[in-house]
Amino acid sequence: MTAAGLVPAGDERLAARSPVRKLLGRPEVGAVVGAIAMFVFFAIIAPVFVQPDSISTVLYGSSTIGIMAVGVSLLMIGGEFDLSAGVAVISSSLTASLFAWYFSTNVWVGVLLGLVFSLGVGFVNGWILVRTKLPSFIVTLATFLMLTGLNLAITRLVSGSVSTLDISQLDGFGVAEQMFAADVPVFGITVKITVFIWIALVLIASWVLLRTRVGNWIFAVGGDEDAARAVGVPVTKTKIGLFMGVGFCAWIGGMHNLFAFNVVQSGEGVGNEFLYIIAAVIGGCLLTGGYGSAVGGAIGALIFGMANKGIVYAQWNPDWFKFFLGLMLLLATIINLIVKKRAEQK
Amino acid sequence: MPETANPTTQVVEVPVTETSETVAGAPHLIALRDVGKHYGNVIALSDITMDVDAGRVTCVLGDNGAGKSTLIKIIAGLHQHDAGTFSIMGEDRKLSSPRDALDAGIAAVYQDLAVVPLMPIWRNFFLGSELRNKLGMLDVPAMKRITKQELLDMGIDLRDVDQPIGTLSGGEKQCVAIARAVYFGAKALILDEPTAALGVKQSGVVLKYILRARDRGLGVIFITHNPHHAYPVGDRFLLLRRGKSIGYFEKSGITLAELTGMMAGGAELEELAHELEQVGGQTERIEEIRAAEVVPGA
Repeated sequence: MTAAGLVPAGDERLAARSPVRKLLGRPEVGAVVGAIAMFVFFAIIAPVFVQPDSISTVLYGSSTIGIMAVGVSLLMIGGEFDLSAGVAVISSSLTASLFAWYFSTNVWVGVLLGLVFSLGVGFVNGWILVRTKLPSFIVTLATFLMLTGLNLAITRLVSGSVSTLDISQLDGFGVAEQMFAADVPVFGITVKITVFIWIALVLIASWVLLRTRVGNWIFAVGGDEDAARAVGVPVTKTKIGLFMGVGFCAWIGGMHNLFAFNVVQSGEGVGNEFLYIIAAVIGGCLLTGGYGSAVGGAIGALIFGMANKGIVYAQWNPDWFKFFLGLMLLLATIINLIVKKRAEQK
Repeated sequence: MPETANPTTQVVEVPVTETSETVAGAPHLIALRDVGKHYGNVIALSDITMDVDAGRVTCVLGDNGAGKSTLIKIIAGLHQHDAGTFSIMGEDRKLSSPRDALDAGIAAVYQDLAVVPLMPIWRNFFLGSELRNKLGMLDVPAMKRITKQELLDMGIDLRDVDQPIGTLSGGEKQCVAIARAVYFGAKALILDEPTAALGVKQSGVVLKYILRARDRGLGVIFITHNPHHAYPVGDRFLLLRRGKSIGYFEKSGITLAELTGMMAGGAELEELAHELEQVGGQTERIEEIRAAEVVPGA
């Protein structure tokens, strides 16, 4: 997809790098090309795909993955990944829902408790990681399993079934619903509020990455942890902070999940962690860290959303969806690998 | 920015002193007295004494496993010594982190350079000490400008400070790391085997930058196993073997041949001479090796 951008520039002193070449050197360029290609492809074979309502649906689907992909992308740029991210979303909504229902409190008490819980899970993940120096695969696999079990067990203890009970009669539900699951009318079509939250998160994350000191540290701890430590970067704080960032995104995702459906299925979320990682990887984040962008993760999520819904609009068998996703992932990873080699060897 | 005093004009021969002050009465920039370090029951370093002064180059020579790395890790704040004293400007210190060392004016340029290959040169230059504007955001234009200028002052003319630092050659990366330390007001600069992985020409370039850093008034600690790199730039030489000092000399007190001889170790050289004798011929070479065995002060 980006073959043109991968040709070595020759003697760079002779000619200034053209803006086009500069653009092609960005991490998310492969994903942008892929997203455009996919949009055009589905627009041609399924004209209904480009209707405003369909676009709104695609954006909504993308946003639920994309919100998490923001946190996961930053974490991956910081050199780690989080297998517990999928169930952590459900854990957050369960915490909020079960607490508010059991004690019949205002839902906002539950919402805030969910935030504390999600940030806490992120902190524990990060803290264990930096203290034990175990790979994030092991640490977050463990928290993934523990959260999966807790979700099921505690939900059954409290509500007596596999799902939570309806909290829509509790105080504060209306405002919370407006905040996390509202339909926003835009030029005659309704767009879910998660789309705007998603865009806002991407903008904030991009700003943090590129224009703040913390952003510099995130790239550094992912690119070379020892080097970063040697020049005085607070590696431990940065890593724990990144895991807590994933926790924050999980809280937003969890709250949307809760207020959009009123009840939460305790067994959901398993497997979603891979969708977030896939979105980040397709978007140009290196699995090994140190390279990537928040915008890339967002475009990765958009590709996911388009493939997911496009197949439905094209009236294909959805069985094909996973195949496409796998293919996209493979292509994206190969491109990333070439980019990294080029940067390190020249 | 460090003031550029030019101490090379002083022709004062400073003898190796055992006090923590120079003859002039001012404290040494860094002074180690009988410093030791053990890891569990492994003694990595014992009874090391050395000084670093502004505008002078102290070379630490030794083969692999001689304790050079342990020594610089103590000075750079990565490890703490557990015997002897380590003073900075006459004040006893135990550094708890590299940050601590940086605050004390000690910067280290490591063998693996402590650069993040995929990050742009300017981001690497300011990593850990980023410039921020009034709003607390990164001051990107200023950082790019300063990086370009500082490297230019070091004699490296880069067209684009936005390229990943991994695209630079080994010598250029060394120079970026040195320029970074100089810019951030390091008073003492530790260079860990800066020429180890470089070719002859690149090594020459790096040696030139060592002298340039010295001329800017920095105290340089130059770690190497190559006496031919150390001798031309060094003012003092500390030789290590198996965690112990086997000699500490002013430049006036030792010749290159003696330095090389001590580095190689007398016994091993005798063996080499013997082997050459057995295969016959090369009388001149054998004489040379025998001459190098005569080491002073050992």
